[in-house]
Amino acid sequence: MVDTVARAAAAPDQPQPHAELGLTDAEYARIRELLGRRPTDAELAIYSVMWSEHCSYKSSKVYLRQFAEKAPSTRALLAGIGNNAGVVDIGQGYAVTFKIESHNHPSYVEPFQGAATGVGGIVRDILAMGARPVAVMDALRFGPADAPDTRRVLPGVVGGISFYGNCLGLPNIGGELAFDPCYSGNPLVNALCVGVMRHADLKLAAARGTGNAVILLGSGTGPDGIGGASVLASATFAGGESAKRPSVQVGDPFMEKLLIECCLELYAAGVVVAIGDLGAAGIACATTELAAAGGTGMTVALDRVPLRDEGLGPAAILMSESQERMMAITEPASLPAFLEICAKWDVPATVIGEVTGTGQLEVGWHGAQVAAMPPASAAEGPLYDRPAARPAFQDKLQLDEPTALTGPMVGATGDRLRSDLLALIGSPDGAAKTWVTEQYDRYVRGNTVLAVPHDAGVLRIDEESFIGIAISTDGNGRYCLLDPYAGAQLALSEAYRNVAATGAVPLAVTNCLNFGSPEDPAVMWQFAESVRGLADGCQSLGVPVTGGNVSFYNQTGSQQIHPTPVVGVLGVLGDVRTRLPSGFGAAGETIMLLGATAAEFGGSLWAYVRHGHLGGLPPAVDLAAEQRLASVLATGAAQGLLSAAHDLSDGGLAVALAECCLVAGTGCEVEVPSVPFVSLFSESVARAVVAVRARARDQFGELCAAEGVPASVLGRTGGTALDVAGQFVIPLDELAAVHQGTLPAIFG
Amino acid sequence: MTARVGVITFPGSLDDSDAARAVARAGGEPVPLWHGDNDLRGVDAVILPGGFSYGDYLRCGAIARFAPVMRELVPAARAGLPVLGICNGFQILCEAHLLPGALTRNAGLRFIDRDVRLRIETTATPWTRGFAPGQEITVVLKSGEGAYVADAGTLAALAAGGQVVARYSGGNPNGSAGDIAGVCNEAGNVVGLMPHPEHAIDPLTGPGRDGLGFFTSVGSAMAGR
Repeated sequence: MVDTVARAAAAPDQPQPHAELGLTDAEYARIRELLGRRPTDAELAIYSVMWSEHCSYKSSKVYLRQFAEKAPSTRALLAGIGNNAGVVDIGQGYAVTFKIESHNHPSYVEPFQGAATGVGGIVRDILAMGARPVAVMDALRFGPADAPDTRRVLPGVVGGISFYGNCLGLPNIGGELAFDPCYSGNPLVNALCVGVMRHADLKLAAARGTGNAVILLGSGTGPDGIGGASVLASATFAGGESAKRPSVQVGDPFMEKLLIECCLELYAAGVVVAIGDLGAAGIACATTELAAAGGTGMTVALDRVPLRDEGLGPAAILMSESQERMMAITEPASLPAFLEICAKWDVPATVIGEVTGTGQLEVGWHGAQVAAMPPASAAEGPLYDRPAARPAFQDKLQLDEPTALTGPMVGATGDRLRSDLLALIGSPDGAAKTWVTEQYDRYVRGNTVLAVPHDAGVLRIDEESFIGIAISTDGNGRYCLLDPYAGAQLALSEAYRNVAATGAVPLAVTNCLNFGSPEDPAVMWQFAESVRGLADGCQSLGVPVTGGNVSFYNQTGSQQIHPTPVVGVLGVLGDVRTRLPSGFGAAGETIMLLGATAAEFGGSLWAYVRHGHLGGLPPAVDLAAEQRLASVLATGAAQGLLSAAHDLSDGGLAVALAECCLVAGTGCEVEVPSVPFVSLFSESVARAVVAVRARARDQFGELCAAEGVPASVLGRTGGTALDVAGQFVIPLDELAAVHQGTLPAIFG
Repeated sequence: MTARVGVITFPGSLDDSDAARAVARAGGEPVPLWHGDNDLRGVDAVILPGGFSYGDYLRCGAIARFAPVMRELVPAARAGLPVLGICNGFQILCEAHLLPGALTRNAGLRFIDRDVRLRIETTATPWTRGFAPGQEITVVLKSGEGAYVADAGTLAALAAGGQVVARYSGGNPNGSAGDIAGVCNEAGNVVGLMPHPEHAIDPLTGPGRDGLGFFTSVGSAMAGR
């Protein structure tokens, strides 16, 4: 028998399974207080998913406010935090919207579908803003590459992203791949999507206009993904994960492709008042958020929802996370035109209700009322200020500098430096990612100017004016474990630098904050420090955070991941024809190192790969230096002074030079200052290697001097080897074999 | 006169706008064609673009072959209309029996996105007449089911009849029989190509401009009628 509002009043003390749905006793009591009675089964379902950590941000909101409070003043932001995705003005009437989101837990339980639907979800977020999705990226982290479980999870995740993204016709233009034992059992699958629209096309998810129709369009609703946001994404793993597989959704990219084209045609026809995507928490989320944002009410008849399983009741229909669905609001007069466009694209569309002025969400089921509640009470959720405490291990970790390891390297022979470099570029973290990226379509839509292995993905936005964008995502769990405040800023710095290395001007930031359980005070401290660091960093660099996502509970038992904020930076290129590739091209050009190098090895790739060491302090942050470097790179690119630029990060100058040589197979002869080991492997920030065009050397040198960017000549491009004078020579064939061989050897 | 080249959009077509761009870049006039229309709009040639028509459900190209527009295309192709199927378009042409053989899962069972070298084996088609015989070009391969298969008799007949349009050069990426990257029908007017020439028309957004030759070829073929 279906539980109704009338029954809830008549049987007020009926026991309810709030704990199984992930609600605490206090939260359940609060719901009863809000409603003045016990919730119906349907209402309980709505609150359980909407008040989950994943949907409500109840533990993080108190910190995330800083992104708005510390936001630098900018005219570039058309829509900010709180929308499906932030929207940035890039000029010429174009607006770009981008966002990164996690699908970590589903991707561990069911790697292929978990990752595939992660792509699908973020693409719908972008579509819901009114934009055409134009590219995706993915930031992936797994346990050790050679661990048996990684061989289960990684190929599934990559296959899922490949399947879904390729089938949608969205180029995959970059991302990350990293390995660490801390991600065993808690892989991180963060998917980014970017979309483009004209300013006037911006859509907001706010249901307005009493009497307007509420339309559900896309796939039928099935029993997949029920409780995905609550029981899966908002709890730690503690064994028995295979039992959670029904909480993972199953994707149909073909329907999503039709949904994209259909929605874009609906927008162009002017028949959409508001639209929201159905992701986590499905219809429960779309109805409460649309009504709450509009300050209106809504009536919905769940018996009108097209089902894939006729056995579903109202609570399951509300919670289902079936993919490829959107909810649109349209005026009654526009309804025929709306439905005609949906029919053209073979997208099922059903009117399931209407906007009201009551301020209540009223949900019906075959004539009975199964929910009547204020939508904002679900959409806003509770707010927690959880205990945070600096972990007991932090001091010891920071004091464990790798000096005993780096000391003897001061006198290292050329042979030792050579073998260390080969070890780094052959390590899973340093190796070429071709095995992964070759499974992604990078070319579709015909606007991909740069993709992997370049520093950032670059897209042409306009074929006439050549305006374009650059995007990079970066994160470094090792740095963040050592110092979460600095680590978050280092992730920001690296993404900012990567975008700048293409010649683009960084404009805005998105982030995906991956952490352990917020119920652990040590994790909460890591989170608080990371958010503070990122907000301060964005303020200093003048790039606002436009939105993002928090993923807590990335831990199994008491084993949590390193704090891993992943930062995406978006930049604009006035003319993508001036973009800088990351590899050397022509021979005979001058190679220069920009930036200053100190001996900084805490959290470095060298210490990790060569000694399995993680301790000390990460490299010192210098945001002002990053800004100066970015300015020099942008000017150097725009004025045609440079032919290549590559940022220095993991593995320092040595790894950067090797990568510069391998992109196009052009070698180099360089000389590095003493101490060679420090010059080659330190990870000091705000540095880049550039190739300066033959006649531009003086002009570029003057530019660096004027901007206050240290610049030193390292050598020249050319030849078929990486030749470090007086130290070592590595033929490019050998370099390429080591760099390319690692992942295929492990994954087949 | 400017060649009017139709580009069919099926549900799930992805590289349709890219094919249209390539036609325009080659000096032709791209004409959008819709899968649901029984109408070729009087075009001089037709491209079936890449993508995942109907989500590749059942089998790649198996459903698209029954689209209303195909009822017009098949007789027109048999009557000599120049037709180019790229990737999924090639799969559709095989399913529609306009081309022999079939495309199956890549040898490695994974999707491959890679710049590949091709050797043009015949210039006796409206899509390759602008190339030199034996010319090597670089284009983009991006497919999961790109391994060309046919029985031994068919393969021998294709080779003997000059129906192999292009072969992979310098390594077979996907296990295609005889390194075959593209074939044509006996008349030569219907060509199927697994790699994507439309993604190699501009060094800014692809590996070069070698692919443009397919689109300029059909333009000059029309001009020379």
